[in-house]
Amino acid sequence: MKKLLSLALAAAMSLSLAACGGGGSSSSKPAGSTPAGSTPAGSTPAASSQPAASSQPAASGEPITVGVINNDPNESGYRTANDAAMRATFTEENGYKATFYNNNDAAQQIATAQQMIQDEVDFLLLSPASTTGWDTVLQDAQAAGTQIILFDRMLEADESMYAAAVVSDMPAEGTTAVDWLAAQGLDEYNIIHIQGHMGSDAQLGRTGALDEKVNAESNWNYVTQQTADWDEATARNIVQSVIDSGKPFNVIYAENNGMARGAVAALDAAGITHGKGGDVIVMGFDSDKWAMEAVLSGSWNYMGLCNPMQAETVDGIIKDLMAGKAPAQKIIYTPEQGFDAATITQDDVDTYGT
Amino acid sequence: MTTPVKNPETQVKRPDEPLFKRLTRHQMFIPVAALVLLVLFNLIADASFFAVSVKENSLGNPVLSGNIISVLDNASELVILAIGMTLVTASSGGQDISVGATMAIAGSVILRMVCGGQVTADTMQMNLILAVLIGIAVTALFGAFNGALVAYFKIQPMVATLIMFTAGRSIAAWINNNQLPIINDIAFKYAGTFLPGIPVPTPIFITAAVILIFWLVLKRTNLGLYTQSVGINANSSRLNGLDPKMIKLLTYVILGVCVAVAGFIRVSRSGSINYSRIAENIEMDAILAVALGGNALSGGRFNIYGSILGAYVIQFLTTTLYKYDVPSTALPAYKAVVVILLVVLSAPVVREKLASLKKAPAKTAKEVS
Repeated sequence: MKKLLSLALAAAMSLSLAACGGGGSSSSKPAGSTPAGSTPAGSTPAASSQPAASSQPAASGEPITVGVINNDPNESGYRTANDAAMRATFTEENGYKATFYNNNDAAQQIATAQQMIQDEVDFLLLSPASTTGWDTVLQDAQAAGTQIILFDRMLEADESMYAAAVVSDMPAEGTTAVDWLAAQGLDEYNIIHIQGHMGSDAQLGRTGALDEKVNAESNWNYVTQQTADWDEATARNIVQSVIDSGKPFNVIYAENNGMARGAVAALDAAGITHGKGGDVIVMGFDSDKWAMEAVLSGSWNYMGLCNPMQAETVDGIIKDLMAGKAPAQKIIYTPEQGFDAATITQDDVDTYGT
Repeated sequence: MTTPVKNPETQVKRPDEPLFKRLTRHQMFIPVAALVLLVLFNLIADASFFAVSVKENSLGNPVLSGNIISVLDNASELVILAIGMTLVTASSGGQDISVGATMAIAGSVILRMVCGGQVTADTMQMNLILAVLIGIAVTALFGAFNGALVAYFKIQPMVATLIMFTAGRSIAAWINNNQLPIINDIAFKYAGTFLPGIPVPTPIFITAAVILIFWLVLKRTNLGLYTQSVGINANSSRLNGLDPKMIKLLTYVILGVCVAVAGFIRVSRSGSINYSRIAENIEMDAILAVALGGNALSGGRFNIYGSILGAYVIQFLTTTLYKYDVPSTALPAYKAVVVILLVVLSAPVVREKLASLKKAPAKTAKEVS
């Protein structure tokens, strides 16, 4: 009986470890990227702590304190680029005292956000891992005079709760991709839909448009609809099992490039042609250079661009807010487009690939 | 000194004992029963599950394709990890929960070597075998670190390996300067896909080779015996001239080597790595494989073949669930059901009940005769 108990305990414990393990691994992360970033906000005794709302002039010499909460930079090429840009922008040279925190677990993000608010940062830059659960953080921030700027991902809250949002328009990305797919004029669409991490902004937006279309059209069908949690190996397994089952399909709609690559590996192993002139249409998302090159070479058909470079825009908004200027729009969408194997050029790859 | 210590219960022949009881007592009963159950389910539900066909892959090679091939192929990493995990479990009475994270390290090191520090490389910059050997050396070192904490500092294995579990993926990212390296050389992917002209996925061969090596090592050396005796009673092993600390350390180093091989297979499937996603939660599956194999997680007696079979059962279950379109978010729930069944089945109370169920009619039959 002891053994069983210890097994059950072991399982339970390691599960809970997995939950906090992510936090530790990513917070110990800033290795070398920015020395400024590794200073915890808690150790700032410069407790003049001006609530930013009182619009203090930016050029007073005092660095602006910002807390940056992002997802794990290792999760994808997109996130690596996004995180690197944030770290490169919010530096001491640019007049910031920044604390970075990376985690894919929304609960950990929320705990850190609350800590940062208590440490009275001027701005909290937030890329929430999930769209819900942030109400108390937003209220605490408002009470403490910390301004929140969302970047990359949205959360479910009233617009008045944050100062600005510089985000990717995920539903638009989905719609653009689905419209492109519809324009291919296939007689029948048998789709393998590989979803990202369930509940994330990117997954909801990219799934939403496709779900709608599949429900509306009689010749659009899902062969399978599975989440691979952004993981390449899982995506490969899913496609492999569809191939093994012998069900016919002609579209792979993967919600990021890594998963599309896993799917393509399964196709290659089974000798199923894909890309321009192939039997199966391959679609991916994000901004990885290698994926754009795959589209350019005709091995894939489509990549929906999700622009990771929001740091500069956020920087501009903060400077404006410090000068007492509210941003013209609350929600600013980063410019995005889809790339098609038929029209993509080397220039596109060089400009947008990360 | 070649005979491993056998289960004393199965060793003693009791001819009057009912067959059913003897079967359920055997260590391999649980994994074999689970496998038979899965096979039966698939046979009844849709026998085409077992169909294997020859297809031509995109490089023009004839390759075998089918669910069974997928199971054998995809279970490779898990099987190799399960072997190492069994030894660690037997010697130290605990599990290494850092194997997923150290797989990321192994993959990262190997990719860094073959890419020569570039983000994308079209040809390998280093001899592949040398790169893999470096990867093995690095994870063996991390294994030694874990093993030293367990053996010399007497830290609970799960707590000791928690360090690498937490830090491993960051270290993996740091090895490649937080870049995601990609190697486009087809030769690099041979180990994870197919060798030219050979229709069976290469990971199956690598796994077979690893199993063969362990079979030989356990047959020809005293590793198995020593590991068991240390796991059963470290003090009396010491009094008998063994060095329990050294043996515990050794098993962690062996697991480190297994991790590197598994990590190599995983990265050569795609020629790239995603530090936070690669082999995520694989440590749970590896531990489950050991438990499924009928091994006591508290250490001592072990049977690596049970763990190997356990690993294949887990992958068989995963592939079956995919076939029936069970959402992959629900997979952990199904695995949980397996764990519950397993735990209940192996509970002494339940085993006694099961045995007495069969005993009663057997006795009466005897009396009649």
